[in-house]
Amino acid sequence: MIEQIIPLLYVAAATSFILALKWLSGVATARRGVLVGVLGMALAVGGTLLNPEIVSYKWIAVAIVLGSIIGVPMAMMPMTAVPQRTALSHAFGALAAALVGTAEYYLRAPGIDRFTMGALALEVLLGFLTFTASLMAFGKLQEILPTRPITYRNQNVVNLSLFVFAVAAGVALVVSPGTTWLFPALGGLSLVFGVLLIVPIGGADMPTVISLLNSYAGLSACAMGFVLDNHLLIIAGALDGSSGLILSVIMCRAMNRSFTNVLFGAFGQVQASAAAAGEERIVRSATPEEAASILGAAGSVIVVPGYGMAVAQAQHKVRELFDTLTKLGIGVRFAIHPVAGRMPGHMNVLLAEADIPYDRMVGMEEINSDFAQTDVALVIGANDVTNPAARRDQSSPIYGMPILDVDKARTVMVIKRGMSAGFAGIDNDLYYMDRTLMVFGDAKAVVGNLVKELAAANGLH
Amino acid sequence: MASDFELSFFVFVLATFLGVEVIRRVSPLLHTPLMSLTNAISAIAVVGSILVAGQQKTTLSTVLGTAAVTCSMINIVGGYLITYRMLRMFKRSGKDGR
Repeated sequence: MIEQIIPLLYVAAATSFILALKWLSGVATARRGVLVGVLGMALAVGGTLLNPEIVSYKWIAVAIVLGSIIGVPMAMMPMTAVPQRTALSHAFGALAAALVGTAEYYLRAPGIDRFTMGALALEVLLGFLTFTASLMAFGKLQEILPTRPITYRNQNVVNLSLFVFAVAAGVALVVSPGTTWLFPALGGLSLVFGVLLIVPIGGADMPTVISLLNSYAGLSACAMGFVLDNHLLIIAGALDGSSGLILSVIMCRAMNRSFTNVLFGAFGQVQASAAAAGEERIVRSATPEEAASILGAAGSVIVVPGYGMAVAQAQHKVRELFDTLTKLGIGVRFAIHPVAGRMPGHMNVLLAEADIPYDRMVGMEEINSDFAQTDVALVIGANDVTNPAARRDQSSPIYGMPILDVDKARTVMVIKRGMSAGFAGIDNDLYYMDRTLMVFGDAKAVVGNLVKELAAANGLH
Repeated sequence: MASDFELSFFVFVLATFLGVEVIRRVSPLLHTPLMSLTNAISAIAVVGSILVAGQQKTTLSTVLGTAAVTCSMINIVGGYLITYRMLRMFKRSGKDGR
């Protein structure tokens, strides 16, 4: 009887997961999507617990309680920490798959058929490499590790040969699954490869890397499905895998770079010196008071937020600015570049947390044609995604990258701590234009001052 | 045995295409919640983990299985909760009296 019920529960769970992602397509239905996702997971866990192969629930119960106790604080992290939290949870997911794969190998070897062994090797390879790679990404995002790319001679040769060795160990295991010493070698090589893979990757490439790791974590769960001959695992893993894949493709396109370039390119190292050699260029700077009077006289403003806004924790001050300008009858919108921040959609979540309505956040393609009719474009903590060199300078390393056409606005205002180059290590032509005003200072303090000046000049509060 | 794998491959290919089609429609506005939700869904590895932990075949497998259930549960609880928390923050203009 139970044998017939479990597959039905699994089918219902798979259906729920698909519905969950379908409903996530729009804000109006998204919460329902999460709830049906929870239902799917409950069905999956419930169905599994019914399995007669389970002889004792003791350790399962302990693990469920322990995991829940750790999981709750992981969900309560502030929104600025969402990228590192996501990296950490990719690490947990991948580790779970790798551990199950390891257990399955030692339970079944040497009597594993080749196909199962192939799936098992893939599960363990992806699981362990995603585990350490995600931990490294977490370290970089949390700034425990240096965020700049670390490169050394022959780095790609070292990484590639390590990967080839790991795959070779996997293939050898498929050929003769009984060679038990190869299994720890496979696991160990995967763990080391995961670390070395992230070492040369810098902070601004994190949106792509996090998406890719998301995909790997899903695929390792998928491989587990092949090992256990469980279609629910295959479906859920494939959904996660394709989601990560799509996001990485979107991120790569938004930077006009290929996967290989992100993973093996070590961006932003050499170009800095070449650009600095030019003549002294003139920069116009403004005090917050001057900037506020220009903003107060504007009819329309587009705010361009970037990672700098997140670092300065300025999103709540930005919301005060939004409120003040709105009260003055000025139309304010937010232009979101796909790779702004450290993970896909990072800026939207930060602005939403600060209570900025989501219908004011507009994607790059939709808003770009509006800059020309906009009085003020206010850039807060964004740099490379606004650099007009991407459009016209073929020698620029970011040439071809889609950018926000900030330079077309009637006035451009840039809040920045100093004249340091962006992540790509190149100068931003935007800062030297006639209609650009630089407002130097910490984003949070500057935006706070703008709000005060605007309120004082217009008799608000 | 071979036919089992054949079926599994069919399921994999179809699920991948379905996933691509469904996820392409997700608004870029919600890409962060999308990632945390798919992360929670990929904690479906809990199924394999529970089986390994509950079968108690060897000490090693029980230890590994228990650790895997713990990791998966962290993602299930943490993933769904934070996704819900994020989505609750997304509001339209004018709803809160502004």
